[in-house]
Order: sequence, then C-alpha cells, then structure tokens
Amino acid sequence: MAKDYLRQSALAHLHLAALGVDDPDGAGVVLCERPFRGQLSLRGNSADHEFVEGVQGVLGVGAPLDPNTVNVAGNITVLWLGPNEWLIVTPDGQETELVERISDALAGQHFAVSDVSDSRAIIGLTGIHARDVLMKGCSLDLHPRAFNAGSCAQSSLARCHVLLHQINEIPTYDIYVHRSFSDYAWRWLEDAAREYGFAIINQSAIDVVTQRSTRKESPVSA
Amino acid sequence: MLLIKCPWCGDRDEHEFSYGGEAHIVRPRDPEKLTDDQWADYLFMRKNPKGAHLERWVHAHGCRRWFNVERDTVTHAITAVYKMNEKPPRSSKT
Repeated sequence: MAKDYLRQSALAHLHLAALGVDDPDGAGVVLCERPFRGQLSLRGNSADHEFVEGVQGVLGVGAPLDPNTVNVAGNITVLWLGPNEWLIVTPDGQETELVERISDALAGQHFAVSDVSDSRAIIGLTGIHARDVLMKGCSLDLHPRAFNAGSCAQSSLARCHVLLHQINEIPTYDIYVHRSFSDYAWRWLEDAAREYGFAIINQSAIDVVTQRSTRKESPVSA
Repeated sequence: MLLIKCPWCGDRDEHEFSYGGEAHIVRPRDPEKLTDDQWADYLFMRKNPKGAHLERWVHAHGCRRWFNVERDTVTHAITAVYKMNEKPPRSSKT
C-alpha cells in the first residue's frame, strides 16, 4: 500500500471533497465517490460444503449462491460474480487480515483469494431519479420486480464494464467500475444526471442521507 | 439485437456476450496420429447450416461463463440455452 499521504482515490483528481455538500436537499440524483474499501476476489467450488462452510465461518455470512445476489454481514459485503466467483468488500484496512483468515480457514482446499482493492473505483449513486440515470446507459432490467435491494449484476453502463449493487429502495446503488474507466464513468453519470438536478455529496454524509430517506419512506412501504 | 438467456444471469442484451463459434467440437485425442487433412478438418472446417445451429457464447460483460446456445441462423430465434457440461436438446437436428 502507498504511504498514506501519497494515497489517492481513483477520482481524487476531480477534487470531489471541495464540491461536495452534506445535505443535497431537492436534488433528484446524488453522486459521491466511495473511496478506499478493501476488495477481495474469492474463487471456489460452491458445491463443496467444506468450502461454503469455511467461508461462512470466517465472514459470518455465506457467499451468496443465487446468481446476482449479495450477502451482507456487519461491514462485510459479499457480491456474486459467477457460480464460483465472489467479490468480498471490507472497510479500508481490513482486507489483508481477511485474506489471511480465509487462507487459514480453507487451507488444503481448492480455492483462491486475492486482494484486488483499488482495482475498481466505487461510485455511490442515490436519489429518486437514480434509476432513471442508470437506465440511460444500461440494458439491465432495473425495475424493482427484477432488480431490487440486495441485487447485484455485472453489465455495461455507457460501454463501461460495471458491477452494480442496489443497496436500498430509494434506490441507492454502489457502482463498481474498473479504475481506469472511473473518470469517464463519473463524467457520464454527471452528464446523465444533469436534467434531474444533481448534487455531489460528501462521502461521509451519503449513508446519513440515505438512511434518513429510507425512514421517510418506510411508512409507505410498510 | 438478440435477448440471450444466460444460464446463470437470465435474459441479457446481446452486447454483453461474445460469440465463440460452433459448439461440441472435440479436440482429437492423438493429434500426432492424424493426417494433415484430418487435422485441418478439426481446425478449420465448420458446419454452416441454414437453420438450427449449436454454438458457444460467453457472457463477457456479466458472469464470464461459457455456455451453449441453439440458434436458428435464418431467423435468429434462440430455441435452447444449456450449460457447457449439458447435452444439446433432443429437438436439435445438427
């Protein structure tokens, strides 16, 4: 890992911290970068009980076996990438230790776990028009009956290969995009969001705002 | 544009996939025992049917798995999708 003072997120050159607000009131679309998360690529045979249980023992949650679904336990997120491939997302700094714990727990088995942190940039997208923005550049069926909270999918967004994860019903998405495409993807999203009125939010504030919106909506959905 | 049903991810747009040519071509066990004609046949000669065709596709922008598709080369209608280790549908004439 680079020394802390040298470390830059994929979108650092856009100086989003200087543009961000804490309360994007009225914006139809809210964007932020979610920098610096640990990302691990996990490969293994999902039909092998020892592998599945070993992973569950370490993570506290099993690797999702249903295609295009996500399992979350505490601050660890496990996204389905393929029938024998998952992406484990951890808070910054926990990835190295987790690689060791998984390697120890699965020692002797046929598996692979690799630290791929920083290979993908993560863009947070929320707001009542977030789905409309994605629909401009993505051929996935994003209707809630087909894609809702807890769904993930790899697809293309404006010709970029992306991994989409829907987090809640607002809707809020995390968009994982390969680092070298992140500048283009961000600019495309800004452009696509412009007609709905968009705000850039400080990454420390996005979870607060999305939780507040979810609470507002909960009487309706209940 | 085709709507292709990935065996894992379900219906996805054609542009997420890449085409892999004719399916079920088996590499000869002892290539060194083949004549040049037999080897050339394995390497280069492909069916070019008008109608049902068994072919390989990979979900390149999705789960990155290879699978087989039965597609009508005239109408582009996809009549079957099955995984790599599965047998082609009985209806297939190829």
